[in-house]
Order: sequence, then structure tokens, then C-alpha cells
Amino acid sequence: MIGLLLCLPAALILAAGFVWPVLLLGRISFNRTTDMGAMEEAWTLETYAKIVTDDFTWDLAWNTITLSAGAAAAAVALALPVTLLIRSAPPRWRGVLALMAVAPLLVSGTARVVGWMAILGDQGMINALLTGLGLTSQPLRLINNLTGVRIGLTESLMPYCCLVLIAGLSRLDSRLEEAAATLGATRSRTFFRVTLPLAAPALAAAFALAFVLGVSAFITPRLMGGGRVFVVATEIFDLALETVDWPAAAALAMLLLGTLVVAMVLRGVLAGREAPR
Amino acid sequence: MRPGWFLRLAAICGYALLLAPALLVFIISFSAGDFLNFPPPGFSLRWYAALIDNGQLMAALRNSALLAAGVACIALAAGMPAAYAIARLEFPGRGVLAGFLAAPLLLPTLVLGLALLLAMQPMRLAATWPGLMLAHAMVAVPFAVRIMTTAFGGVPKDLEEAAWTLGATRFRAALRVTLPLAAPGAIAAGALCFLVSFDETVISLFLVGPRLSTLPVEMFRYAENRTDPLVAALAMTLIGVALAVVLLVERLVGFTRAVGRN
Repeated sequence: MIGLLLCLPAALILAAGFVWPVLLLGRISFNRTTDMGAMEEAWTLETYAKIVTDDFTWDLAWNTITLSAGAAAAAVALALPVTLLIRSAPPRWRGVLALMAVAPLLVSGTARVVGWMAILGDQGMINALLTGLGLTSQPLRLINNLTGVRIGLTESLMPYCCLVLIAGLSRLDSRLEEAAATLGATRSRTFFRVTLPLAAPALAAAFALAFVLGVSAFITPRLMGGGRVFVVATEIFDLALETVDWPAAAALAMLLLGTLVVAMVLRGVLAGREAPR
Repeated sequence: MRPGWFLRLAAICGYALLLAPALLVFIISFSAGDFLNFPPPGFSLRWYAALIDNGQLMAALRNSALLAAGVACIALAAGMPAAYAIARLEFPGRGVLAGFLAAPLLLPTLVLGLALLLAMQPMRLAATWPGLMLAHAMVAVPFAVRIMTTAFGGVPKDLEEAAWTLGATRFRAALRVTLPLAAPGAIAAGALCFLVSFDETVISLFLVGPRLSTLPVEMFRYAENRTDPLVAALAMTLIGVALAVVLLVERLVGFTRAVGRN
């Protein structure tokens, strides 16, 4: 009993700041928007129907899914060598290398976007290098478009992938790789036939986490897309604060949540099938 | 097994991608130029001076610091008793409560921000101190509970039981024996909650107004509209605060030890 009492303050904060708002979000998604743009209390699926039958929504959904799947795959592919390097480093370097891999989590997303502007902009580092070498006469457009969002999203998802892979690969027995090498396997053969299959569950977990985070990412698509890249997250934001169409924003947010829940359940089912206990 | 050259090269590319943005922010913040171009035409402190002269941004910095300090206190005050109960006591619904107290971390901050806006706007809580405090405390509490549960769990139960045997009440034993021993965890939890609030951008974007704004939101808006190195100086301020807090905790208790190995 005393235990419940001790949990009460924290539970109250979450009830007021989390449960009630999320329930209200669900409730408002069933309201109606009048032709004048005002919100009208109702219990209707009109808003959902409007969203689902709009081709623009499906464009958004497709953009969001392909963008985050691509970024998640790239993030996992880059996080794997980083993690393998950490794993094979001498113990006193391991901590520093791991810290460097997850340090971006401590830097606010907007600050990192500012860094990317200086790297990818028309007068940024890469374009200065390319024109300096005489490779291009016109600056390459690397930011304020889809390319910029792809790069930024990959970078912002990488630390999470590193976290998952560091935890996942620490359980991987390095003697198996050494055994393969002793038996005459080349480096690449050892990697593709031993390391990669053993790391597969961790890689899948990292991809799933990165994908879910990518689908709901807002800062990077908004700032690095320069207002020209539209994903579900930016649309929810615009509906809520610019169009001020609350039922539509709420319904789209509910659909996003539903998709994430389905993705997580699906991943749970697949992971359960891979490793039966 | 020693990594081959290809693996090393790929790892270096990975690290470059991870560290380049923060490094470039650092360099550009000292630029003497008018734009975010690289290499900068020269180096100066003019953008830091411009930042200090910018009343709106300095007010946002003050707001963010106050808000984060308040949120850290609230999250600790609410999170510590809950963590103690989860780590030490047996009661019906413990597992469910522990899951519930971590639940906000499962939802995207964009959805949380929207939900809070819809809930707070009709009650006139949006763009007010209590509204922002509640919103940030909601995301900070799960971190406080989690770290403190680990910290309390790390204190041997025997010590508290010895205090009971010696005649201390359960409350007194928890307060005078377990709590001081879990103090490093509390410092780390407070610091992390401070940073969670200080860096929070997306939820705040929904809840700020012209009268009350936070530093990450002002930085977001600045980066959306303009591209001069002032925004890099601003970003360095945020990075600097985060670094200072982490180093402080490291000096006081050792961050990795305090946060635990979970």
C-alpha cells in the first residue's frame, strides 16, 4: 500500500501530462472541422476518411517510409564498422571510442543541423572543396532538399544504432571469428560467414529502432529539407500550428501512432520467430 | 581479431559523419564572416558578442535554465519515492506501475507535443510556466525513475535491514541509510533531467508563445529563417551547457558508474 502511495506523485504528473493529453488527442481526432475551419464536437470518422482518401497523405506516407528505411539502413551499415572497431580496440581505448560514438546524443538535434549547414551548404565545406579542386563549377545542392534530409537523418540515427549494436555485439564470442581465421578463412569470408550471421539479430534490432525513430523525426526533415521536404511529422506540425486544423492533426498523429504500434508488434513477432526459446 | 583496412576505413567514415557537425559548429561559431560558409574568412568573437547583445535570445537562455532547474527538482522529488518503491517494496501492481512510469518514452515527442497543445490550449496553460513545467516534467520523470531504481537497487539491502534491527523505523532507515548511499545516482538523475529539459525542442515548439520561449525553440526558429554564424554561437552555448553538466557529474560521481550498466 505504501508502495502505491510513494508512486503517486510521479503517477499524477504522468496522468496530467501524458495520459489525459493523449486520450484527448484520440477524442479530438473524432471531431469534425467545419467548412469555416472551426472545430465542431462530434463522434465521426469524417476526418480519418478525408485523410485516408487524400492522395497527398499516401505520398507523405511513402516519402516517410522510404526516407526512414533508407536512413535506418545506412545508419546501421555505418554503425556496424564503428561498433566492430570499438569491440576490437584495446580496453583502454574502448570507453573513449564508445563515448565518441554516442556523444551526438548529448548535442541537440538543431545544433547538429547547423553543423550540416556549414558542411553541405552552397558555400559549405564540401562545395568549397569540390570547386577548389575544380571538380564542379556550380555548387552541388546538398541541403534544403531530400539529399540533405537523407544525410542528416542517417547521422542522427547512427548513435542509437551504435548503442544497440554495442550492447548486442558484446555478447558475440570473438573466438568464433578467430577459429574461422585459424581454419584458413579470409578476412572477408570470416566477416560474411561468421560475424554477419551472428550479428544479424542485433542488426535487425538496430534497424527497427532507427526506423521507428526516423518515421517520427521532425527537426531534421524540417530544417534540412528547407521546407521543401514533406513527411508525416512535418504535416502534423503544420496542421496543428499553421492550418490550425486540430481534428486533422490529431487523426494523422493517431494514424502515425497506429503504424508505429503495428511496426513494433510485427518486429516482436519476427524476432520471436528467429530465436525460439 | 585485428580489424582489416576496409573495416578501419568504414569506421573512420562513420566517426566522421558522427562528429563532423559538432566540430563544424565549433569552428563556424568563431567565424568573422556573415554567413555559414567554410572555411570562414577569418576568426573572431563577434557572433558571441552579438549573442550576448541579443535580448530575446538571452531571455530564452534564462528561461531554459530556470525551467530545466525546476524540472530537475520536480522530476527528482516525484521520481525518487517511486523508484524506491519499485526497487525495494513488494506491492500489487508494481510491475504495471514501473511500465507506466516509463511509457512516455515510447511515444514520439511530436505526438506528445501535439497532445499537450490540445490539452493545454483550452485551459490557457499553453505558453505558461506551469504548462511548460508539467510538459517537461512528464518527459523527465521516466529518466529519474529509471536511474534512481538502478541506484536504489545497487545499495545492499542488508544495510537497511541492519538499521531496522538497530531500532530505526522503516522511513528513517530509508531516509538515513539508503538515500545517502544512492546520492551519486540522484546527482546523475538530476543532471540528466536538467539536460532532457534544457535540450527539449519538439514538445516546446508546440507550447511556447511570444511571451515565453526556450533557447532550443529560438535556435530552431533562427535556423529555419536565417543562416548567419550567430546560430552556431547559439548552438555552441547549448553544447557547452550539456558538456559542463556531464563533466560536473563526472567529477562528482563518475557518470558511467552513476547511470549504471543497464
